[in-house]
Amino acid sequence: MRPLLRVTDVRKYFPIREGLFVQKEVGRVHAVDGVSLEVRAGETLGIVGESGCGKSTLARCITGLYPVTSGSIEFDGDPRREVQMIFQDPYGSLNPRRRIGSIIADPLVIHRVGTKAERRRRVQELMELVGLNPEHFNRFPAEFSGGQRQRIGIARALALRPRLVVCDEPVSALDVSIQAQVINLLKDLQAELGLTYVFIAHDLSVVRYVSDRVAVMYLGRIVETAAGEDLYKLPRHPYTNALLSAASVADPDLSARRERIVLTGDVPSPIAPPSGCRFHPRCPKAMPKCVTDDPRLLAQGRPEGGHLAACHFPVEPGERLGSEKAQIEQESTEPHLEKGGGT
Amino acid sequence: MSLTEASAEAEHIPEQAEAVRGKGPWQLAWERLTRDRAAMVSLGVIAVIVLLALLAPVFAAITGHGPQEAFPATGLTPEGLPVGPGSGFWLGADSLGRDLFVRILYGARISLLVGLLSTLLATLFGVVVGMVAGFYGGWVDGVLARVLDVVLSFPYLLVAIVLVAVLGASVPLMILVIAFFSFAAMARVVRGQTITYKEREFIEAARSMGASKPRTMFVDVVPNLIAPVTVLATLLIPTSIVFEATLSFLGLGVDPRTPSWGAILSDSVDYYRVAPGLLIFPAVMLLLTTLAFNLLGDGIRDALDPRGEGGR
Amino acid sequence: MSRFLLRRVLFGVLVLWLVATTVFLLFFAGPADTVARRLAGPRAPIEVINQIRNTLGLDRPLWDQYLSFLGKLLHGDLGVSFISQTPVTTLIAQSLPGTLWLVFGAAVLWMTAGITGGVLSATKPRGLRDRVTTVLVLAGISLPTFVLGMLMIYLALSVFPWSGLQPGPYVSPLWDFAGFLQVMIMPWICLAVVQAAVYVRLTRGSMLDTLGEDYIRTARAKGAPERRVTYRHGLRAALTPVVTQFGVDIGTLLGGVVVTESVFGLQGLGQLMIRSVRNGDLPVIIGAAILASAFIVIANILVDVAYSFLDPRVRLA
Repeated sequence: MRPLLRVTDVRKYFPIREGLFVQKEVGRVHAVDGVSLEVRAGETLGIVGESGCGKSTLARCITGLYPVTSGSIEFDGDPRREVQMIFQDPYGSLNPRRRIGSIIADPLVIHRVGTKAERRRRVQELMELVGLNPEHFNRFPAEFSGGQRQRIGIARALALRPRLVVCDEPVSALDVSIQAQVINLLKDLQAELGLTYVFIAHDLSVVRYVSDRVAVMYLGRIVETAAGEDLYKLPRHPYTNALLSAASVADPDLSARRERIVLTGDVPSPIAPPSGCRFHPRCPKAMPKCVTDDPRLLAQGRPEGGHLAACHFPVEPGERLGSEKAQIEQESTEPHLEKGGGT
Repeated sequence: MSLTEASAEAEHIPEQAEAVRGKGPWQLAWERLTRDRAAMVSLGVIAVIVLLALLAPVFAAITGHGPQEAFPATGLTPEGLPVGPGSGFWLGADSLGRDLFVRILYGARISLLVGLLSTLLATLFGVVVGMVAGFYGGWVDGVLARVLDVVLSFPYLLVAIVLVAVLGASVPLMILVIAFFSFAAMARVVRGQTITYKEREFIEAARSMGASKPRTMFVDVVPNLIAPVTVLATLLIPTSIVFEATLSFLGLGVDPRTPSWGAILSDSVDYYRVAPGLLIFPAVMLLLTTLAFNLLGDGIRDALDPRGEGGR
Repeated sequence: MSRFLLRRVLFGVLVLWLVATTVFLLFFAGPADTVARRLAGPRAPIEVINQIRNTLGLDRPLWDQYLSFLGKLLHGDLGVSFISQTPVTTLIAQSLPGTLWLVFGAAVLWMTAGITGGVLSATKPRGLRDRVTTVLVLAGISLPTFVLGMLMIYLALSVFPWSGLQPGPYVSPLWDFAGFLQVMIMPWICLAVVQAAVYVRLTRGSMLDTLGEDYIRTARAKGAPERRVTYRHGLRAALTPVVTQFGVDIGTLLGGVVVTESVFGLQGLGQLMIRSVRNGDLPVIIGAAILASAFIVIANILVDVAYSFLDPRVRLA
């Protein structure tokens, strides 16, 4: 079956320019550096990684906000209308000077759909769908709470009846108590409207709850991808292990069996990514080969299982990762990873 | 974080059908402004001055004194000094026996005309240039930002003086000169604001929906510029009025025969020791006008940004 | 750092060249013969006008005049006044002391008043002191300089004649100190009042910003006395924008305090400028305009350099 979205070897570099009159390119940020993935209709692909790993850039490439530097993005349909995006910041993504009725109607107006009366009806329908009072269309964003604003953003994204919705950390800016409501709304909408999601988050537990498959990104690359439960039960890449260990602090479900793995050092600069495996400067299992050879994404376990990891020395079942290297430099007990909550 | 479904929908509390139409930011700002006593008094003062300026010909008819007409017989004492305030000349006469009151009213017309028109022009050009520079960025912004830098580092009073000296004093020239030197300040503010808004997610959201650049600019950026532009424009009006009065005082503003406040004050230089009214009355009018616009501008800023500390 | 300086200097030269060219072209783009006609008087016969044009080199082609003008400018030669036949540099040298004394004397006053007022109103925002200051500031900003100057002269001459203050040309303090004070005090106050209003506003806003920052709150929480917090921690950081503005203002004012000088008849650079504009004395106008722009350009560069020292976050790339 043809996938709804196929991303093939996409790269997105941002040039760094300097100079007053003549701008010279002095470097490039390798935000996304060779990502391939497929999303089938009706499923949810979760993408996780730390801030700056390129996941938001990838999301913007998929929605066409950024032109890609190389590679291709194929969508089975009209990408302009049928791919929509939900943004991270419910305060920043709604224009404070406009009434929400007009904000939600924006996609309809831009794509010249329907008459004014029809658009009004559609807006109210959408507001009802996302759990807002349809009579409030004349209000301004300032009169709504963070969760309600995110519902407005969702209503706007659904206006053109999209098939693929890219959610860029849709709940990370919300209070924890509100996060669950918005996540559940997204799940309900998926079931009701047959939506396909690409769901970006830095929080593994959120992704786990919504995703059929999960891809882990590090420094512009996908380092591991698997069906949700496979990834959580048997993470093969050391980075995924570290992420899960960080997430377990907040999620009791995950914590029981896991020891803490502490990542040392900061995320290297995406302007000059490390040689070989990009994770090697922080990896507890790093060997000389990891410094020189760039690992490819290879099938782990049964090939038809779809579990891929890019690691020369994948973590084996039962292997303990609290290695000497990590222990030596363990000054703080806090991992250099973001935990759940807002950014 | 736990993802239970227990509290789902707890956030959405059904509200009463009343108050369905929310109060917009503009409406709220207006309500705050009407509660600001200083701003309201200022608005009243401005209204009175505008009214007086509009009615200038009526007062000229009542007193029987045109703005340019000299009445040496009634306006000057036998010694040749201007008469003081009285029934014939309400605020007294000037050194040529012209009616000071009528001239001040006609002066209000010049001041308001120059102040409002130059501000309007400066705002129009400033907003367009600032928005284009800020929104399109790249080389367009590079070129425009340099031009603004150059205009802002010109010694503008000197250049204005030279311009007027060369091209001859006139009201339209005065308006153009003032507008030219105010537009850069406006453009710089608008450019800065546009750049901040360009980074906001709602602009990105508009682009992700396929909105064109011009549409995004007008639908999403412009409404957010109205507040800072309104404040700056209100504050540009008194600056322009003072600028015109200053140039006219130096004899380089509007045609010296035109009864502008600066020219009236300049005419009074040799006489105000014997007739202080020649200095006091036009000075008070000028001060009242600029003070009123400044107070109104401050009030508008506070009303539009209630959290800000103001005073900046 | 040196690249930054080079860039700023190049930009400054560009501005100076633009100012010189604009002023030059403006005069020649205007009605032809204005200069010669004005010098000769309204009823002079055409031969006299032609002779004047010839002597002054005004009959040569425009580009020729422009090139020789630029050439001389590069050598620091600003030419000779059409009217008095004195070198422009001499005229400028004669007018400069008055302007210098006016600007620096007033600067002391307005900085003292401005910063004090700003701090007083920022320590208790929305309090009585703050309200009074705000009203005074508004009055200062709304009052045109020349009106204030005229009112001061009126008061000095008619109400307080015993004060001895009077308007008049600059007198060197070395020759006649009493006379110097007599003519300078009013212009100092006049200029300082107008400027102080701006500085109160600036200091207040900047103080309020810094007093809200984290490290100030930390200092307070650690029990530092309020006075110490305000002056040691708050004021020092708050002064950065004030210093910036000060540099820019000094640069602008040194080019000629046109209005204040004219009202009080101080015979500084500003008045020299006005007088030459009225007389159509082109070389003096251009000279004064270039000098004024040079002051502004230099002041701006100095401010940027000072800024990078005051605020380590600013890196001059």
